[in-house]
Amino acid sequence: MQLLERFAAGDLDAFEALFRQHQKDVYAWIVRIVRDSSIAEDLTVETFWRIYRARARFNPAGNFHAWARRIATNAALDYLRANRRETGLPEDIPSPAQPDPAVQHESRQKIRQAFAQLPAKYRLVATLALIEDEPYEKIAEAAGISAALVKIRVFRAVRLLRKELTAMGLGSTRTK
Amino acid sequence: MSHQNDNDLRELLKQSIPRAANTGLRRDLWPQMLAKLGDHPATPIIVPWFDWLLAALAGAALIFFPGVIPALLYHF
Repeated sequence: MQLLERFAAGDLDAFEALFRQHQKDVYAWIVRIVRDSSIAEDLTVETFWRIYRARARFNPAGNFHAWARRIATNAALDYLRANRRETGLPEDIPSPAQPDPAVQHESRQKIRQAFAQLPAKYRLVATLALIEDEPYEKIAEAAGISAALVKIRVFRAVRLLRKELTAMGLGSTRTK
Repeated sequence: MSHQNDNDLRELLKQSIPRAANTGLRRDLWPQMLAKLGDHPATPIIVPWFDWLLAALAGAALIFFPGVIPALLYHF
């Protein structure tokens, strides 16, 4: 019996093998959405918990990686929904380069604040598409929606962000 | 709200919230997973067939002999 078949049948050893194979990928995906390593660790465990509970519905001929990523995306989205006002953008994930010094500290703060106010479904796609530069198709597959809907949500996220920034007094983005 | 302005905002967003570079997992999460599995056993609740039969018989008795309901209530 193959590993995926054994997993679907409820074999804990098979689940452990799959966990060890995929935990890094699942974590890496989640941490880019929630941008906090300890929360991402908890959500990785939560993702695999959901995977284990749903094992009977998994088709062993299917793509486990894609299935796991979709469940991970849902877990991260649930987290963003539940913590919308509290989840700012923690900075414990190192970034490759320092931001452009021309962008003033206050403006950056306001942009981060406005971004954190976005509804979870917009924040999810905006984070992955605009910050992480993931292709729309990949985001669509992970979120279980069409690429066209991802594009629409990114567009709406940008508009909502602009509206929020205008309300915060950051009218024109060009001069900041 | 022009297309150019949207592009400017996207660029500002990238400068304000840089990409996450280090997304490597720092430790094995299997022990936490095992703990969670232990705390919440994922085995679904299975009701044996004879329990369903008993429930059906009790339901049928109440429907066909409603006179026993006050007696049962009295004893409870």
